[in-house]
Amino acid sequence: MTARIGVVTFPGSLDDRDSRRAIRLAGAEPVALWHKDKDLKQVDAVVLPGGFSYGDYLRAGAISRFSPVMGTVIEQAKSGMPVLGICNGFQILTEAHLLPGGMLGNDHLHFICRDQKLKVENAETAWTADYESGQEIHIPLKNMDGRYVADERTLDMLEAEGRVVFRYVVGGDTSHGHGHVNPDGYGNPNGSLRDIAGITNEAGNVVGLMPHPEHAVEPLVGSGRTDGLPFFTSILKKLVNA
Amino acid sequence: MSRTPLDTVEHAAGTPDVELPWAELGLKKDEYERVVEILGRRPTGAELAMYSVMWSEHCSYKSSKVHLRQFGEKAPQSDALLVGIGENAGVVDVGQGYAVTFKVESHNHPSYVEPYQGAATGVGGIVRDIIAMGARPVAVVDPLRFGAADHPDTKRVLPGVVAGIGGYGNCLGLPNIGGEVVFDACYQGNPLVNAGAIGVMRHEDIHLAKASGPGNKVILYGARTGGDGIGGASILASETFDDAKPSKRPAVQVGDPFQEKLLIECTLEAFAEKLVVGIQDLGAAGLSCATSELASNGSGGMRVTLDDVPLRDSTLSPEEILMSESQERMCAVVEPSKVDRFLEICDKWDVIATVIGEVTDGDRLEIFWHGGKIVDVDPRTVAHDGPVYERPYARPHWQDALQADDANKLPRPTTPEELKSQVLRLVSSPNQASKSWITSQYDHFVQGNTVLAQPEDSGMIRIDEESGLGVAIATDGNGRYTKLDPYHGAQLALAEAYRNVATTGAKPLAVSDCLNFGSPEDPAVMWQFAEAIRGLADGCLQLGTPVTGGNVSLYNQTGEAAIHPTPVVAVLGVIDDVARRTPVAYREEGQLLYLLGDTREEFGGSAWSQVVHDHLGGLPPQVDLERERLLGEILISASRDGMIDSAHDLSDGGLIQAVVESALLGDKGARLVVPDELDAFTFLFSESAGRAVVAIPRSEELRFNDMCGARGLPATRIGVVDGSASDAVVEVQGEFTLTLSELRTAHEDTIPALLA
Repeated sequence: MTARIGVVTFPGSLDDRDSRRAIRLAGAEPVALWHKDKDLKQVDAVVLPGGFSYGDYLRAGAISRFSPVMGTVIEQAKSGMPVLGICNGFQILTEAHLLPGGMLGNDHLHFICRDQKLKVENAETAWTADYESGQEIHIPLKNMDGRYVADERTLDMLEAEGRVVFRYVVGGDTSHGHGHVNPDGYGNPNGSLRDIAGITNEAGNVVGLMPHPEHAVEPLVGSGRTDGLPFFTSILKKLVNA
Repeated sequence: MSRTPLDTVEHAAGTPDVELPWAELGLKKDEYERVVEILGRRPTGAELAMYSVMWSEHCSYKSSKVHLRQFGEKAPQSDALLVGIGENAGVVDVGQGYAVTFKVESHNHPSYVEPYQGAATGVGGIVRDIIAMGARPVAVVDPLRFGAADHPDTKRVLPGVVAGIGGYGNCLGLPNIGGEVVFDACYQGNPLVNAGAIGVMRHEDIHLAKASGPGNKVILYGARTGGDGIGGASILASETFDDAKPSKRPAVQVGDPFQEKLLIECTLEAFAEKLVVGIQDLGAAGLSCATSELASNGSGGMRVTLDDVPLRDSTLSPEEILMSESQERMCAVVEPSKVDRFLEICDKWDVIATVIGEVTDGDRLEIFWHGGKIVDVDPRTVAHDGPVYERPYARPHWQDALQADDANKLPRPTTPEELKSQVLRLVSSPNQASKSWITSQYDHFVQGNTVLAQPEDSGMIRIDEESGLGVAIATDGNGRYTKLDPYHGAQLALAEAYRNVATTGAKPLAVSDCLNFGSPEDPAVMWQFAEAIRGLADGCLQLGTPVTGGNVSLYNQTGEAAIHPTPVVAVLGVIDDVARRTPVAYREEGQLLYLLGDTREEFGGSAWSQVVHDHLGGLPPQVDLERERLLGEILISASRDGMIDSAHDLSDGGLIQAVVESALLGDKGARLVVPDELDAFTFLFSESAGRAVVAIPRSEELRFNDMCGARGLPATRIGVVDGSASDAVVEVQGEFTLTLSELRTAHEDTIPALLA
């Protein structure tokens, strides 16, 4: 048997098709979900894909959070359904208060697209079990509003509870291109506090991150690496073994 | 508020002596008289608005038409062309039932006035051209040219243009996979912002801009119509109305990529359900263009009720509505029985859609406003019968002196130290330096099919996941070469784009172009234009790659100073399996480096002459298109048979530039040996065309050499890939050694230092 994983399309979603492909390549069954539809079509997990939902003209994710589909997603997430928010999806999850904190514009004020080096800090969530804690991976990053912020107390809490799932790897050679671009993807690309790239909720079923694992699932296209595939194999194993 | 009577057709016929502001709208006296002659009366204000904008240089190609005909007359025999020049974009057969449409357009003038929106709406416009053919857009490319890199205004224009392209394209979910960034003082007041797009569809899904079938409905959908981008129409408006309305409207349109994204999805859904008979996007000249082109390409006439157009500003006059260039709008012709379903799909995507008219069985385009008929024209006279000019042209008096000022006679480096320092100056110069600060602001991952993106020789997109079928695109142009010799300069642009496609392993199929020149009223510019087109048309014939369409941008000049003539050529290629693509980066130590082609002492227009001597003179490199074709065939065969692991075309900056780029991208060093018959300087800096450097696994050397020998392509072993990461160097034996780290600093720090 396999698992059914839904991918929501909001108006302005861009990576919905990519996410469905990644789910398929991992061996699960992708299911297209529509923002106006409350029905989750009995999926076992949901991916909120990247993009610019509603153009991001208001705060990123602020409108999508109120869409009919999100009503159901929020309810189900609270009762344990695995949810992954990628980039705009992460922004929606914070707006929906499924994850704490929020996102501001990149500190350098430019859109940034590069293959980013990440450290896996928590390999026990529903979406990261196929990684090892401390593992360094490359995942494409592309965003305008990717600077993760939260108050000190929240940040301390996230750290104490092991809820920081990914961190940008600083160090390495970032002397060229003013740190904005460098061949190995080192550095904090947007000014996120404590180099946080992704976090999870208390239960570990909801994960949000700015980089795009769905763009790193085939050796030939995207970043040319497959470091993102374990997101989708992790969830598949969890659901099938459940 | 008092108003003069509505200027209907009837009113116009009864008031022949009313003076209309044709001159202010940009029409010449004889052009206006021609309109009167066509109509047999004076035009109404609305008709005048339509003719003036459709007969403009931008829409009618009136100065360039007589030359552009050569692309048709000299078209090579090709089975690949499904739709040729004249439609929104050309369509090429790439096999397995797939068709690809691609086009490049200019948005030069708006981008100088308002860099962000000018560039953003340039992307928006070209993408709508692609959708209008029935295709899903799959990638964009952006050939850009700016003034001197260190000029203060460049710091205003470039970041705005780059942010605009990124802001719009990223939000549409289109990977940006190629293009160019060139700096030259000649573009100071006239930056060139060209935007290209590629779309993919099945053969049976090709759509054309025509309105057929009487009774079919004309549906306007997308954004509401506002007062932006109107230009001349406000003059007319103030003639007909008391001016109790907002007067200062932006002449540069404002883009809304979110609306365009919805437009793409909803249009593709309507195509998929076969609901659309004909379709046209609204770009330059807005509704004037869409209605007159749809009607004139179809079988009948068209009747439109302008009152039904959804407005952003209720005070707009009918003339303004006809001329508005508000973005993100499209016009579809739909059978009556399918209108409801079409509107339903638009509603699903929250796109406003309105039936504004229908196809009639007559041959007139009639437009109504407040019950009165304000336009009654033969649409062909608006869309196709514009004026045609045989502008005088003459070889400029300075051309001989320019060509006589031979770059080959410039002082050359005399010591290894001098050679080394000039290499560093070259790879760190703004034109040769890494552009990753710019390209990293574009999403090149989205859609998950990007196989190659800048700085590769060409961008490559997979279009079929099962078979691995893919397409490649490269855009190239060299204004310096073209200034020295427009005929051969245009051919060199073609040759370079062709070579860049072949270098990645794809077979070049077809050409599109964006022709950027100065004022056609200057005979010297017109000569450059005529020569460049002649060169390009001859070149395409010889290479067997038809021109599928293109765009002309004239008047790129400030006062007497025109830009370098800059034809930008886009070549589209196909590759059976993208797994066979050849990247630029060196991959494995120990592989052998071979130089393919002949190297001559050719420095006219070269990057070296610009960087070291600030010089432009002499003749550009020789063109040998048969050699280009042979080189292309060898590169494609070598890719298909797995004989090469890396390939890089040689163009501006010569061999050393190419080797440094391949080394830096692969984080591998290279040791080079100067071939016996060449001196080190010529070996490193010459810009002879028809060349590439390839990296060959040792096991393939014999087979590769045999292939080149049998087919008569000179192949010279020039070195080896050697050293990895931090201890790697680029060494030219007996001359100098540079560490990768030194080279990386030189190559990658320039642009951020100037612009960040």
